[in-house]
Amino acid sequence: MSESLVDISLTINETEYRVSVEPRYTLADVIRHQCGLTGTHLGCEHGVCGTCNVLVDGEPVRACLMFAIQAQGAKIRTVEGLSQGDTLHALQQAFMDHHALQCGFCTPGFLMLLTGALETNPDLTDAELRDVLSSNLCRCTGYQNIILAARAGADRMKQLTSPMPETATLRPADA
Amino acid sequence: MAKFDPDVSVIGQSVARLEDPPLVRGQGRFAADVSFPGQLHMRIVRSSMPHGRIVSIDTTATLQMPGVVAVWTVADIADIPPIGFRDTRVEQLEPYRQPVLADGVVRYVGEPVAAVFADDAYRAEDAADAVIVEFEEWPSIMTADVTAEFSPGHSTEAMVVKQGYGDIEAAFGAAYAVVELDLSVGRHSGVPLETRGAIARHDAVNDIIELHGAAKVPHRNREQLARMLDRPLSSIHLFEGHVGGGFGVRGELYPEDVLVCLASLRLGQPVKWIEDRREHLIATNHSRQQRHRIKAAVDRGGQILGLDDVFFHDQGAYVRTHGARVLEMVSGMLPGPYRIPAYRIAGHYRLTNKTPCATYRSPGRYEGTFVRERMMDAVASRLGLDRVEVRRRNLISQSEMPYERDLQALGDDVIYDSGDYAGLLDRALDRIGWPALLRQVEQRRHNGELVGLGLSMFVEKSGLGPKDGVFISVDPQGDIEVVTGGASLGQGFETVIAQICAGTLGCDYRRIRVIHGQTNRIANGIGAHATRATVMTGSATQVAAWKLRDRALDAAAELLQADRADLTIADGEVRHKNQRLSPCVALGDISAWISAHPSGTDAPGGLNAEGWFHTEHMNYPYGVHIALVKVDPSTFAVKVERYLIAYDVGRAVNPMMVEGQLVGGLAQGLGGALFEEFLYDDRGEPLSVTFADYLIPTLHEIPAVEVLLTEDAPSPKNPLGIKGAGEGGVNGAGAAIASAIDDAIQCSGAVTALPVTPARLMVLMAAAPKNPAAKDRSLSVADH
Repeated sequence: MSESLVDISLTINETEYRVSVEPRYTLADVIRHQCGLTGTHLGCEHGVCGTCNVLVDGEPVRACLMFAIQAQGAKIRTVEGLSQGDTLHALQQAFMDHHALQCGFCTPGFLMLLTGALETNPDLTDAELRDVLSSNLCRCTGYQNIILAARAGADRMKQLTSPMPETATLRPADA
Repeated sequence: MAKFDPDVSVIGQSVARLEDPPLVRGQGRFAADVSFPGQLHMRIVRSSMPHGRIVSIDTTATLQMPGVVAVWTVADIADIPPIGFRDTRVEQLEPYRQPVLADGVVRYVGEPVAAVFADDAYRAEDAADAVIVEFEEWPSIMTADVTAEFSPGHSTEAMVVKQGYGDIEAAFGAAYAVVELDLSVGRHSGVPLETRGAIARHDAVNDIIELHGAAKVPHRNREQLARMLDRPLSSIHLFEGHVGGGFGVRGELYPEDVLVCLASLRLGQPVKWIEDRREHLIATNHSRQQRHRIKAAVDRGGQILGLDDVFFHDQGAYVRTHGARVLEMVSGMLPGPYRIPAYRIAGHYRLTNKTPCATYRSPGRYEGTFVRERMMDAVASRLGLDRVEVRRRNLISQSEMPYERDLQALGDDVIYDSGDYAGLLDRALDRIGWPALLRQVEQRRHNGELVGLGLSMFVEKSGLGPKDGVFISVDPQGDIEVVTGGASLGQGFETVIAQICAGTLGCDYRRIRVIHGQTNRIANGIGAHATRATVMTGSATQVAAWKLRDRALDAAAELLQADRADLTIADGEVRHKNQRLSPCVALGDISAWISAHPSGTDAPGGLNAEGWFHTEHMNYPYGVHIALVKVDPSTFAVKVERYLIAYDVGRAVNPMMVEGQLVGGLAQGLGGALFEEFLYDDRGEPLSVTFADYLIPTLHEIPAVEVLLTEDAPSPKNPLGIKGAGEGGVNGAGAAIASAIDDAIQCSGAVTALPVTPARLMVLMAAAPKNPAAKDRSLSVADH
């Protein structure tokens, strides 16, 4: 049954959103419908597919399994916050370069999963990357290109954050 | 990896997709992303009863709940007919059509019984829960092995589809041996990651109903909706946004699509419906479930003299938009790449109390290939021959092309247009290193591992006609718009069409905007199904681009005061062929000039052209799958260690995307071979209603797939030689995996049903003879 509304504040991609929610509203629904950030998709609403992954204080979270009111005070990041203006995030570029998406519905969830995992541990091995990636579902690609993109994106992220970026050995991401 | 070389034709290059930038940025526009001010949310009350009579529907409490605007049952839409068949009208099947809301009887768990409309999605769901439906339970029919009464005067066996040619009795009379198999394919389906969605609004100013969230066949669904709602065709338009995977199931006309359109009109507000995952798994089309009893007459050398198949198709509760098409495709395509001089098949189309079935990627062929290739393995085993050799002896040779079978599929005569089946088999075996692999497998087996090799061969079909048309126009700034009646399900349609247009015309593919799935932009459209889009819409694009190129050259010759024969088009400019520095003129400028200097006809201004492509028959790509699997004797899990897809696509417009289609299709094929299955209990309650029950493969289950993409047999049916790529990855997967598991557990013919889940494999291995020499356990063989 419908319940009374609660006023909350969510910080998403460094922007504050003040919304009135029923306590039962999921974080995913509020991000999509009340904050207007529809890049976070819903594939199953029971926590299996990972399509709705967002970062909550740096951790990948199934936004369908969290209530919006639980996310108050946290720093939330969604796919809309990945790029810097026209400059795509290394993972976004890698997914395009390696044809790691077809319909693109699962892509935001994979991007946020990888972003969280690689920011926590930039040195993930291939086996560790595979383990991380196996927590999301994709129905179009058969995953092979997602692995290639994840590896390329991870390597590029490390290059970009390394203390010696100005070397001639650096290649553009789409080389 | 995507790359673009501007110095060679873009047709055939693995260029980056035009579709990607908004999708990686979260700027996609999927169905659930579409909203209109003042919209209502629809929630469907679904049957909890597999089979029964509706005694009463009590909506009293629901109507008093906050935000509820209306609740509809069948009485509220009595003027709306059941959902009809998309292509051909089949009178015999009409009694089995699904009503938009259950009409006194429910026939599967999940059937729409009532529709609740409220101002908020959460409230609509609450309100739907409060609708009280009382049923009188009837016995359920949960297998196609039996028949019963569907409705008074109508059996659950809706029809029997029969095809054949040659003297089948003589073939069996002359046989050295007859091999009989009883084979089953489980119930699985496309299960796209985006569930269905439909958002309708009525534009009262123009009296037009807009349906957003369309997919696959928007033009055909528009016609169907106009008929069902008894409105003029021009008063309904469908709009396709991003589509999160289709695979055959999404975009057919379902009850929910009809309901939102009708509600937007009658309730006077936009209406939005988004399916949840449980609904998807019980309401969206299932597919595949069949049982085949097949026998082959063979000579001493393993040549098949005749094939005789009787199969039982478990359709579920109603006949949906496809009519009998899956059965037609099974019966028309089952012989595959083999000669098969005599053939007889009868498909029993039977209704059960499960979710209705229709097409899923490679419909009828995944099933047929499993059956045929199981038979090839069985023949080899029976005669003590090598399974590769048995296949080779039966293959249709290149010199026999075009090869006409006296069969039909999709209403089209089956005429294989081109192919070198033996050549592709050789190349596939060579690529995977078959002899060395056999030795390795033997060695590992000797060391106690349960490893095995399997293979399958198949013929696909693509490019169903009869025609498609596109309209290309150049705007004054030089950007090009290609308006198509095609559809995009995420397969890269825009990029392919842009490549064909750019390569034909002589411009940058990135300056082309491809329109699809918008019925208000073009009157006709074939959509995207049956692997048609690249062949049909692509060829029409080429025809239109040729015309546009001619017009541009004509105009430029006048503008540049040059001999037309000396001119060419590159980088979107008309130039002299041999003098790069001489004057040139941009396509955009030509378009502006034509607009300002109308030719006197009533044709639309500017530089533009319409092109149509016609074809009489489909074309037939083909492939070979090879699998290496390992069985874990403690968990009965099957690990796919290596997998090769060899596939002849005629000509690849974008090889990277073709490989993407093949590998992605394979993942679905492996799902159906090993994991995915819609299960029901004896009473008819669905057991596969979450992603924890219906197991889609994750990255861990999919091996590093090797793809051998060949262009040895371009289609003579279109100028580019294109054949389709959408279904070759899935087609042979069930067959190859079954073959490999047999080999791994050293029991030929062990696998008779898909998927081979650990539970099934445990039973198989318990029953398998310990002595690997004792083969043919499941084969019933009669010598003549």
